[in-house]
Order: sequence, then structure tokens, then C-alpha cells
Amino acid sequence: MKTHPDGVRSRLASEPVTRRDFLGMAAIGAAAAALGLVTLGMLRLPKAAVLSSPSKKYRVTLPASLAAGQAFVPPGRAVALFRDAEGVYAVSLTCTHLGCIVKSQADGFECPCHGSRFALDGTVRKGPAPRALAWYQVSGRDGNYIVNESATVPVGTRWQA
Amino acid sequence: MNTDPGPKSALREFAANLLQAPRRVYETMCRSGVPHTDRTRSTFVFGNVFLHLHTARTHRWSLRWSTTWGLGILSASAFLITLVTGVLLMFYYKPYPDVAYQSIKDIHFVVPTGRFIRNVHRWAANGMVVGVFLHMARVFFTAAYRKPREFNWLIGMGLFVVTLGLSFTGYLLPWDQLAYWAITIGANIAQSPREITDALNLTGAFDIGGLQKELLLGSDVVGEESLIRFYLLHVMLLPLALGVLLAVHFWRIRKDGGLAQPDDADQRLGPLPGDAYPVFTEAPQKTYQLAAVVKGRTPAVGSGPENTVPSMPHLFYAELGVFMLTLLICLGLAIWIDAPLKELANPAVPENPAKAPWYFLGLQECVSFSAFMGGMGIPLLVIIGLGLIPYLDRETSGTGDWFGGAGGGRLVTFSTVFGLATVVAVEAVAIHFGWLREWFPHIPQLIITFINPGTIVATVYALYSLAVVRRFNSIRAGALGLFTCFLCGFIVLTLIGTYFRGPNWAFYWSPAEWPMH
Repeated sequence: MKTHPDGVRSRLASEPVTRRDFLGMAAIGAAAAALGLVTLGMLRLPKAAVLSSPSKKYRVTLPASLAAGQAFVPPGRAVALFRDAEGVYAVSLTCTHLGCIVKSQADGFECPCHGSRFALDGTVRKGPAPRALAWYQVSGRDGNYIVNESATVPVGTRWQA
Repeated sequence: MNTDPGPKSALREFAANLLQAPRRVYETMCRSGVPHTDRTRSTFVFGNVFLHLHTARTHRWSLRWSTTWGLGILSASAFLITLVTGVLLMFYYKPYPDVAYQSIKDIHFVVPTGRFIRNVHRWAANGMVVGVFLHMARVFFTAAYRKPREFNWLIGMGLFVVTLGLSFTGYLLPWDQLAYWAITIGANIAQSPREITDALNLTGAFDIGGLQKELLLGSDVVGEESLIRFYLLHVMLLPLALGVLLAVHFWRIRKDGGLAQPDDADQRLGPLPGDAYPVFTEAPQKTYQLAAVVKGRTPAVGSGPENTVPSMPHLFYAELGVFMLTLLICLGLAIWIDAPLKELANPAVPENPAKAPWYFLGLQECVSFSAFMGGMGIPLLVIIGLGLIPYLDRETSGTGDWFGGAGGGRLVTFSTVFGLATVVAVEAVAIHFGWLREWFPHIPQLIITFINPGTIVATVYALYSLAVVRRFNSIRAGALGLFTCFLCGFIVLTLIGTYFRGPNWAFYWSPAEWPMH
């Protein structure tokens, strides 16, 4: 500890911690810890328990005239349904790159945002997309089907009623 | 005569006080009166809660145009303008999908002066982004981030990020096609760490990308929850953060001894011009007991600081001038060019091309090759690199001079050429010959994620900068090289994203060549 020549403690030296100071600091520390823990618990607030997005499971009626390999896009949904000899299947139209809606074309799918191209089965052909387009679970019969977007199925899985 | 203190004289006094009240309110509010002596000019500054963020006296070096070009004050002025116009827009804006779009339409077509105020808000926001960019470049090129101003550079980085955040969140609010798809892309960039967790098969256990997107949007798609979140960030949280950081930023300028200046600033400035208020016309009457407890060297007792002039009026008039100029530019542009408003957001049909605001288009260009590296990896590296500058460059020569330090102006010229050539060459290859997947169709996704034209450019710049450090034996020289290259890369990528990318993000020399659709 710095001391003045005549024994007086220098104003620049740090003061010793008294018992009163120690108790005060302990109280402040405890309050800060409690507040910190409560805040930590409340950090869950911004993560919604229920998502407000539209239902992931919905009914689709396929027109009888739908030709094999022709895409049917239910209004307001980012999914394309196809029917061929082996059955019905649904391919997601949400680009795996940055979430734009891909366009269904004769030879596959094309994304308008950054030019990713996908083959007819959804595998990436070109561009920045990191994954193949998802295939969704389909069930139902006689032209009426249920598409479940929260369940993906392996590429090539078709539904045969 | 006056021995009759009746109720009548108290009444008269009451009347007199009432008459005097307005003048006394003014006097008690402005305690020091009209500032026409050195002392009242000082108390004018430190007696005012807003002005005392400044020092009472300003060094003449700080007042030269070429020291700052007024860029910091320009950014702060633009912020003030967005604040005022933003609050006015809140009178009519309703943050709910579809209704939001209608309310913006109302503001544009029905509300008296609504269109003008929205235009001013938009132009001031753009001006703020430009101002912050240029201000950062000015501070870097004059090496003004050095001791003791290192931490203020970090606060400035924080202000830079919050400014971009304010622009990004404001972009969604009109709820038109432009807004919806720009934010969809932005939110999926937040989700892009999935590219890595997917490749490593970790997404099931540790989906940091998905969590980021969900926290940002409050849902898995851009919807009502997202709009409320962006609105809250835009009108409350981010402006508050910006205001606090801004106050600290200003305050630290004062505490760090004003703006950076060269060691020989006094000699270069020469004697005071005749019209400047001279220094210390009155003999100082203060005692200097404070000298015992404050850090640093003892104040020079008895002699006034050299080459400073009172902040009132010299500094404040200059600042007011910059503010008026900023306001003039915003008002002029607002009369001339309307803020855009496209069709109502349609989640089924993406805008084509879907473009973010112009200052993000350089990023979008990188993102068009791989989302994670282009949208998160490289920006994060750039921000960390910028933040480290004052802690890596501890040299002292050239502080306060444009392009000061080893190498100087010639190094900056050469780095500009090198930086432009590198980014143009890499982009030309990517645009003309395609990128990895076209060459090797079965290449692993992880390689595509990491080897982005942006990564190549950044790596070349980093190696170049190391070579410059070695060649000039100076870290400042390396920093000059790297920062100049970074600016060139940013400008070229932004230009390509803005002017040369069309539908499907394909390259076109001019929008006239875009296919009809």
C-alpha cells in the first residue's frame, strides 16, 4: 500500500474492503445473479411454442385430366403433385437455397431467385441449392389426396391407393 | 415614503413578476445568457446536456473540411431525419399483413404530405448507410482508430451493424413483393448454417440455422409474427440501441481528446486567422486541485491550450451546416424520386429478380453461389477483421493524415488496381464458365458451401495483405492494402448485383436484354 512520508495513506491508494462493503457487494452480487438467471429463463420467450404458419397437412383434389408427368400446384401451396403409372407423389416447390418458390418446367424445376435448377425428381442440377427438393408424404384415393408437408419421404416414393 | 407595505404593493409586485415571467423563464433556462465572452461560450457548451457531449473548445485541425468531410455528422443528421419522419409515419402505419400494405398505400396517396415524408424517410435511411460507409473509410484512411481511440472504432462497428439492421427491418414493413421476398431470402440466409449441419448430419441434434430463422421470423415462414417482430426491432429496439451507442460514440470522441491529428498539426496550421476568437482573453481563475486525481499529464497551468477555438460558434455552426446540407439533399431527392412500392406481397410467386436493398446486393451476389459462406461466413470474417484493425496496427506514424503510414497514397492506388482486378477476374470466370457444380456435378456439398467466389476473393486479398506487410515491414501498410481491396470488392460486387443481374440471377449487360415473362 502506498503511504505518505508521514504515515498518512495516499489518496491514490485503493482502500481496504471493510466488512460492511463486503456484505454490500455480496448482496449486489446475489441480486445480479438472481436477475441474470431470471433473464436467462426468459430468453425462451421469443421462440414461439406454436407456429402461426398455415397447416402443413391439407387435402388436394387432382383433376381427372392430369396427364402423366404434368405438375398440379394446389392454389396457395408451394408443392407440385404428379400422377404417373406407379402412383401419386408430391414435390416441394420451396428452393432449398433461400426459400424462393421454384417454377415447374418440362425438364424439372427452376428457381427465379439465384438460378438453381432441379431435375424432375428434385435433385440439384445447377446453382447454389445445397439439397434436393423434398418429397412429401401423400395418402388418399380416387383423386382426393392428403399432403403432409411435415413428413418427407425418400425420393421416388409414390402413393398407390 | 415606502413605509406602507400594504397588500397593494404585493399585488403590484405580483403583476410585475407576471410581466417579467417570460423573460425570467428564458434566463433561467439559458443560464449563461448570450455567449459573447470566452467563459459564457464555454458554459454554453458544458451547461447544456446535449451540447456537452462536445468539448468546450475545439482544435482547429478538427475544423478543417479535409479532416472529416463532415461524414460522421452527416450520418448522425440522417439518423435524426429518419427518427422524426419515422415517428410521423407511425401515425398511420399498421403492422399487420395486407393491412400494412394498404396503410402504406394510404400514406402514399391519401395522407396529406404522407408521400413526401415517406420519401424523405427512405432517402435519409439511404443517406445514413452511405454516410456510415464513407465515415468508416475516412476514419480508416486517416488512421484515426489508433490509441486511444481503439474502442470507439469498435463502437463505430456496432453503429454500422445496427444501421444495416435498421435498413433491413424497415425493408419488410411495406409488405409488398419486394419486401416479402427480400426478407424471405434474408431469413433463409440466417438459416444457412444448416448447409453445414446437414452435410455433417447434425441438423437433428443441433439446428442453429433453423433456430436463428425461427427467432427472427417468429415462425417458419414470413407472416404476421415476422412483421410484428421486424416492426418492434425497427421502431423500438434498434433505434434505442443506435441512440445509446451514438451517445457513447460522441462522448468518447471528447474523452479521447477530440479527433485524431498529426503530431505537427500546430505547425501546419500556422497562426490563428484574424476572425477566430482568440484563446483565453481572460486570465484563468480556476484552481487545479483536480490534477491530483485525474489520470494523465498535469494540465498546463497558466497557459491556454494552443490552436483551439471555442466550439460555440465555430464547431456548432459547421455541424449545423452539415445538418442543413443533409436535410437539403434528402428533401431534394424526396421531391424528385418516390420511394418504391410494388404489388401486395404474394407468398406463391417470387419477385423475379428478387433484389435486396442496394447495399446488400454485394452480399446477394456472393449468396448466389452458396448461402452460408456468402451470407454469413464472409460478412462475419469482414466484421471481425475490421474490428481487429486498431488492435493489430499499433504503429504511430501517419496518424491523422490521409493515407498516412508506410506506403501511403501509392500503396492505396496499387491496392485499388489489384483489388478491382481480382474481384473482376474471379467474377468473370464465375459468370462466363459457371462455378463448381457445372464443372464437377458430383462434388460434395460442403465444398460448394465453402468455396464461393467470395471466399476466393477474400483469400487472395488476405494473402496480398500479408505480402504487403512483409514488403513494407509495416502492419499499417497491410491494413491499408486489405481495407482498400475490401472496398473495391464491395463496390464491384454491389455494382454487379445491382446493374448486371436479371431474372433467375442471370448476367445481363443491360436490363434491356432481360427476357419478357
